[in-house]
Amino acid sequence: MEYLIGIQGQDFVLVAADNVAASSIIQMKHDYDKMFKLSEKILLLCVGEAGDTVQFAEYIQKNVQLYKMRNGYELSPAAAANFTRKNLADYLRSRTPYHVNLLLAGYDDTDGPGLYYMDHLSSLAKAPFAAHGYGAYLTLSILDRYYRPDLSRDEAVDLLKKCVEELKKRFILNLPSFTVRLIDKEGIHDLEKLTLGAK
Amino acid sequence: MALQDICNFQSVFEDSLTTEYPAVPHGKKIASNYVSGLPFSNNKSLFHFYIPVAEYLDESPIQFGQISTVQNCSADSSEDPFLTSSTLPTCLPFASSQSVPLPFPMAHGTTTLAFMFQGGVLAAADTRSSCSGLVACPASQKILPIHSHLVGLTSGTSADCALWKRILARELRLYQLRHGRRLSTSGAAKLLSHMLHPFKGTELCVAATLCGWDGGEVDDGCDYHGGTETGPGSHGETTKNQMTEQKNFVDSTNAKVSLAKDERFSFSEQCFIRKKMNLSGPSLFYVCSDGTRLRGMLFSVGSGSPYAYSILDQGVHWGLTVDEAKSIAREAVYRATYRDAYSGNCVDMYHITSKGWTRRNREDLKEEYYREKQRRKHEKTERRDVTFSD
Repeated sequence: MEYLIGIQGQDFVLVAADNVAASSIIQMKHDYDKMFKLSEKILLLCVGEAGDTVQFAEYIQKNVQLYKMRNGYELSPAAAANFTRKNLADYLRSRTPYHVNLLLAGYDDTDGPGLYYMDHLSSLAKAPFAAHGYGAYLTLSILDRYYRPDLSRDEAVDLLKKCVEELKKRFILNLPSFTVRLIDKEGIHDLEKLTLGAK
Repeated sequence: MALQDICNFQSVFEDSLTTEYPAVPHGKKIASNYVSGLPFSNNKSLFHFYIPVAEYLDESPIQFGQISTVQNCSADSSEDPFLTSSTLPTCLPFASSQSVPLPFPMAHGTTTLAFMFQGGVLAAADTRSSCSGLVACPASQKILPIHSHLVGLTSGTSADCALWKRILARELRLYQLRHGRRLSTSGAAKLLSHMLHPFKGTELCVAATLCGWDGGEVDDGCDYHGGTETGPGSHGETTKNQMTEQKNFVDSTNAKVSLAKDERFSFSEQCFIRKKMNLSGPSLFYVCSDGTRLRGMLFSVGSGSPYAYSILDQGVHWGLTVDEAKSIAREAVYRATYRDAYSGNCVDMYHITSKGWTRRNREDLKEEYYREKQRRKHEKTERRDVTFSD
């Protein structure tokens, strides 16, 4: 139903998420933002069960900000990813596990860009590109085919557009628009929303 | 029942060693048997008494959905006298008392809708409460005012909704007393969402739409005057912002160039700007017990909502006049009641503006149905006449 994608370049990470908030068969909202800003250079993309997504993501968000307040410096993306995974793992075998799938994208001043894939079973993998949702089945092979570690920003956006086109063509559900953001050493930038015009 | 029993036991105790059993609590046979059965000297055994409601409260809220049959039934029957007449005994506990999973998810048997437009927020709902296929109450109230500038539409289990509305109203009032200003609709929605979160996964079913008008920062309960003083300027601005927000509705969340500036704002700035923009003015939130919390311009909830959505999507836009808005809301509820079995009877409408909410008289949709039937018949005869004249 929902779709997340992330592509890591040499000095940036490009992420996109669909904008639909649905309730059974109805689209309740067409402009819903699934990205949560953890810090100046870290974004958490979160999909999954209705209330869990917001609750979990906001919990992580507030804790990362608290770390900054207490210690005076921010968590690195790797540390934030591991912290998130730990929380998922802790709740996994409780009575209230969080059923959420996440992508954490960030830029570290020393390590460079990073994209971390996490799923509801609290696995964690640092990956050059990743996707969540049914749409991932359709787009991962496109990413496999065309991805290169030295993609430029425009090439990465083109690759993203290829994926979205494929979704439009073959995915049974209608995902009309996608929020796109780019993280690099300057911070988080909002790119133009990808809307699938009638073609 | 618990209170009555405890009170009666206390009075029985105070009468101590008399052999009269004056206040036999009515209704519960178990109680009276115990009272008559046991000697007074044995204090403890009397209090080892099965008081289902107390146990029910002791259990963690997470356990609600897994209460065993016996407990659940007695808990239900004991709570009946305390439910107000307009709210119905919910049908859900009866289903869950079988302690078997339900064959399909219970649909919220209702049609409620709300949308924002230039004249404020309009909320409309039907008035039918159904229970397992029969109409339990044809005149229930699904739009509950929470305070002078906030109204909540309820969908889901009637009792749950009524209870949580009251809890929310209490918490909002406490906030107002403590902080000297009203909590915004966004804050109220967040509060409700967090209060409902521990009950996720249980049978609790509340899908509420909160429609409100947020005031200016400084309120102190001196109504709106403080807000509207800066009103014409800031109000105009917010409506303009809202209008441009509406225009860019489809286009953006992040590139919220709704302030008519072309530069791209960074994420944090935009969040700030968005907050600033919505500090006062109409506001609409959907909160569900499964954890969803969404802000929007138009929401419809319930089993009749798809039918209502299709009517609303055709006609709702920012620039509606108040009368047009009322008529389209009424039309949407009417169409939904026409098609959906679980919605019907009358339609309630509330209009929320900067001055608070106003309620329209409840209108019976039966009249509308007959009028439409007349119209159709009339059209048919007209058409026939035309063809004959050809």
